[in-house]
Amino acid sequence: MALAEDTAIDLSSMPEAASALADIRAMVQPCIQCGTCTGSCPNEFAMDLTPRHMWRLVLLGRTEDVLASRTFSLCSACYMCTLRCPRGLPLTEAIGRLKQLAARRHLSHLRSGDLFYRNFIASVRRHGRVREMEFMGLYFAQMMNPWLPLRYADMGMRLMRRGKVTLQLPSRGGGGLNRLFEKVAEMENRS
Amino acid sequence: MKYLYYPGCSLEGTAREYDISTRAFMAAMGAELTEIEGWTCCGASAAEAVSELLTLVLPARNLALAEGMTPPGRDILVPCSACYLNLRRVEEKTRGSHDLKDRINEALAVEGLVYHGGTRTRHLLDVVSRDLGAAAVARRVVRPLTGIRVAPYYGCQCLRPYAVFDDPEAPRSMEPLIAATGADLHPWTMGSKCCGASHMNTKMEVGLKLVGAILEAAQGADAVVTVCPMCQINLEAYQRQVARQTGVAGTMTILYLPQLLGLAMGLSPEALRLDLNLAVTGGFLEKFRQTATAA
Ligand code: SF4
Ligand code: SF4
Repeated sequence: MALAEDTAIDLSSMPEAASALADIRAMVQPCIQCGTCTGSCPNEFAMDLTPRHMWRLVLLGRTEDVLASRTFSLCSACYMCTLRCPRGLPLTEAIGRLKQLAARRHLSHLRSGDLFYRNFIASVRRHGRVREMEFMGLYFAQMMNPWLPLRYADMGMRLMRRGKVTLQLPSRGGGGLNRLFEKVAEMENRS
Repeated sequence: MKYLYYPGCSLEGTAREYDISTRAFMAAMGAELTEIEGWTCCGASAAEAVSELLTLVLPARNLALAEGMTPPGRDILVPCSACYLNLRRVEEKTRGSHDLKDRINEALAVEGLVYHGGTRTRHLLDVVSRDLGAAAVARRVVRPLTGIRVAPYYGCQCLRPYAVFDDPEAPRSMEPLIAATGADLHPWTMGSKCCGASHMNTKMEVGLKLVGAILEAAQGADAVVTVCPMCQINLEAYQRQVARQTGVAGTMTILYLPQLLGLAMGLSPEALRLDLNLAVTGGFLEKFRQTATAA
């Protein structure tokens, strides 16, 4: 995966990013830079910016540095920082907003996570419920990363043997959610 | 006791045994579950990465369906921690905000649904530990799991950010339940540490580190018990890769809580579908067999 290249982001091509980041900044405005979030984060070892540092850059309005980092995409939503932040800030939710911002821009260094989520949601939209095999297949195909599925081959075989994933599942649940998705998109574009 | 039941997508796929064992255990406890009709995906961890409004509207659709079920007033039982948090978040956030509820209802109107805010979403562990209780489980134990050592794994999202039924950092709600089965407790501090959630799909190296640390701390236990399909598959499906990375060899049995409780209550491994679990060791099954002769 080409993680390193192409991470310089041209801000002029993303006019709404700065205002979206302003909303996120308002969420963490009372931050006192104590570092409790960093000390609480199970993924900090893999991040390029510590969570505390990332919030500092958010407060400074340094959009490009925040979006170029892998930090927010490495959040696994464990809510430990949200629980412990002495200012009671909604940190995990603010990171969710950063993920949404990045998803709208399809940042290439975050490509694998972005594709995963989009395929997942596409499956929900079509069927109402997730058909695990279908969305994993789409995900792998779009990654065009032929060695990636191999890491999962062992698990895939074991799931298949137990009848947990099949290639074709009957349609279930409330059917598709196309109308609901269209409505949500319309409302979000309006605001 | 009567509950509405929201299984969620995983329980129809990779976590079928969680669905089956939850239903079997609750029936054995005399509790009645009614599945919410026409339920759809809660958005899992994906909706949040894509759209803020969708993160609320997808679960709210199910809450609106739950409100339409008769008789009204039943709590919604949810075994998956991610689904639980998604549904619960809508309840918590709309409680203080009519604007938000109106926005959600504007979207739900295309489905002919309305969410009034009258639901109560409960995690399975909450219901088992507080509504049913360890004493009621103990009364039904016919096959004490003597000599089996169990590590309780809670994960994140049934504990945080909404601390509803347990200490969000040092949870203990499973301990009396494990004691009720006659099993021993594996003392550890990893019960509320993150398994990496969907990192295994998108950033596997990071996920393996987190799972590796949990499995390493579980050494000495005969089984780890979980209350979430995401935690379960992360702990059970990648043990070979973890062994390669950390050098901690050997397979660890990973069970869902209702499977463990069910075994002690005399439900068979077949009825609890232990054959569907990805990691149940011969050693564990042998110890379980020995409890029969002891009983
Ligand atoms: S824990 Fe809260 S106050 Fe402390 S650095 Fe992190 S965000 Fe700021
Ligand atoms: S919620 Fe995300 S950023 Fe906060 S501690 Fe957990 S993984 Fe780290």
